[in-house]
Amino acid sequence: MRLSDRARTLPESGIRKFFELAEARDDVISLGVGEPDFSAPWAARTAAIDSLERGKTSYTSNRGMAALRERIADHHERYDQSYEPESEVLVTTGASEAVDLAFRALVDPGDTVAVHEPTYISYGPGIELAGGEQLTVPTRAEDDFALTRESLEAAGAAEADLLVLCYPNNPTGATMTDEELAEVAAFCRDEDLRVVADEIYAALTYGADHNSIATQPGMRERTVVVNGFSKAYAMTGLRLGYALGPAEAIDGMNRIHQYTMLSAPTTPQYAAIEALDRCDDEVTEMVDEYNRRRRLVVSRFNEMGLDTFEPGGAFYAFPDCGGDDEAFAEALLEAEGVAVVPGSVFGEGGEGHLRVSYATSMRELKEATDRIASFVEGR
Amino acid sequence: MDAEREVLDVLARNAREDIDDIAAQTGLDAAAVADAIDALEAKSVVHGYQAVVDWDRVDEGKIRAVVEINVELDRETGYEQVADRIAKFPAVDALHLVSGDYDFAVEVLGENMQDVSEFISEQVAPMPEVTQTVTHYIMETYKDGGIRFEDGDDDDRLSVSP
Repeated sequence: MRLSDRARTLPESGIRKFFELAEARDDVISLGVGEPDFSAPWAARTAAIDSLERGKTSYTSNRGMAALRERIADHHERYDQSYEPESEVLVTTGASEAVDLAFRALVDPGDTVAVHEPTYISYGPGIELAGGEQLTVPTRAEDDFALTRESLEAAGAAEADLLVLCYPNNPTGATMTDEELAEVAAFCRDEDLRVVADEIYAALTYGADHNSIATQPGMRERTVVVNGFSKAYAMTGLRLGYALGPAEAIDGMNRIHQYTMLSAPTTPQYAAIEALDRCDDEVTEMVDEYNRRRRLVVSRFNEMGLDTFEPGGAFYAFPDCGGDDEAFAEALLEAEGVAVVPGSVFGEGGEGHLRVSYATSMRELKEATDRIASFVEGR
Repeated sequence: MDAEREVLDVLARNAREDIDDIAAQTGLDAAAVADAIDALEAKSVVHGYQAVVDWDRVDEGKIRAVVEINVELDRETGYEQVADRIAKFPAVDALHLVSGDYDFAVEVLGENMQDVSEFISEQVAPMPEVTQTVTHYIMETYKDGGIRFEDGDDDDRLSVSP
């Protein structure tokens, strides 16, 4: 069948190749997984089961169940964010849908969208599908992969219409302090950029609370915040996310959402209500466990001579492998059966680095880092 | 969180973690971890280190029972004194004073049912303070020490994902 140019020209994800290489073996310890190794809290799962037993299988309101939107708004007060559940919250099918809707609602054909790299792989294609053009802003290892005003200026982002900001960052684990965000916010105000802030890892920060650019002066009205339940509550497969933003942005996104999705799936919305009501302790336990793994992994990579900065969030470490990251990752998989993702998959700025996910058990992390150490020693 | 609590959280999950690994996980240095462990032991916060065993999977395994015990106290004899006497039996694996219908909940470990029955009827029941015992044999253990007893893990996530 004849495909549209759009479908034909959209590039294949670079992660696909490593998925296939890793799947071809059965003895692999994978540090390449971009989702939690925990299951959703049992209370949230039982709420989903219970809703099915009660026959709650119809559509919800386009914007999501009112009870859920209220809780989402309440929940975000912990990040000093304040949004009206009626008009400023939109529940979506995963944070991915929220990102896509934000691009479609905010980007006109020919608009320029600044994206810092290395970063999550979906923004580029999403911008392209919305008719925009991506402008890449490299972040640097010497800044611990935080975005700086200097990098924005050097890349010519002053000409951009929109900035995509993803912190805590996939793949680097980088976070940004309030001071660092203040600089970026000043740039956005000065150059009149709107922002899509993908904060899906906001709940997973270590030692410091998450900072949102939307809380910087003058930024709330020009920012759409994207978040969801996948990472914090370990429910990636339930596909539930949301967007927060000024009413006109949420209206615009909902106008598209009502035709393309109608409403986010109903069962996960029940799970999410329960998650927000009752599962804080379990999230804290998961965060504590990620934190122990994070410290172990970072210290082991530094011990074996692969420089690794201390990531402040998400569940990734981003060691410098001192050369060709793809060759390193392929050889490591071949020699030791350990899968990691080459940093260059996440954009040029990721070259020479590896994305190491510590969303796997402590036992496997120890075994995997032992194997990597012996691989590094033998090189 | 203080150092002792951080070390305790690691040990409570896995008592076999060595000092270097605990140091790496907590961000403390090895000497500080060793000091914290010494302090936890000295203060009797940590009483020992044991494996979580599924005895049903061991040849010539053991049988476990939970025994409810009611006692009658007098001026000279309090719960402490009775507990001390019951705890001295090696077959008593765990002993708790509990609220509710009875006084002590005792976990008894024995070679077989007869072994446990004899222990209760011949050693525990005759104690002057003991007025009643009810023995519940554990038929199946699904979870112990916070660990679910099942076969291996079933990680069905994609091996590499964005």
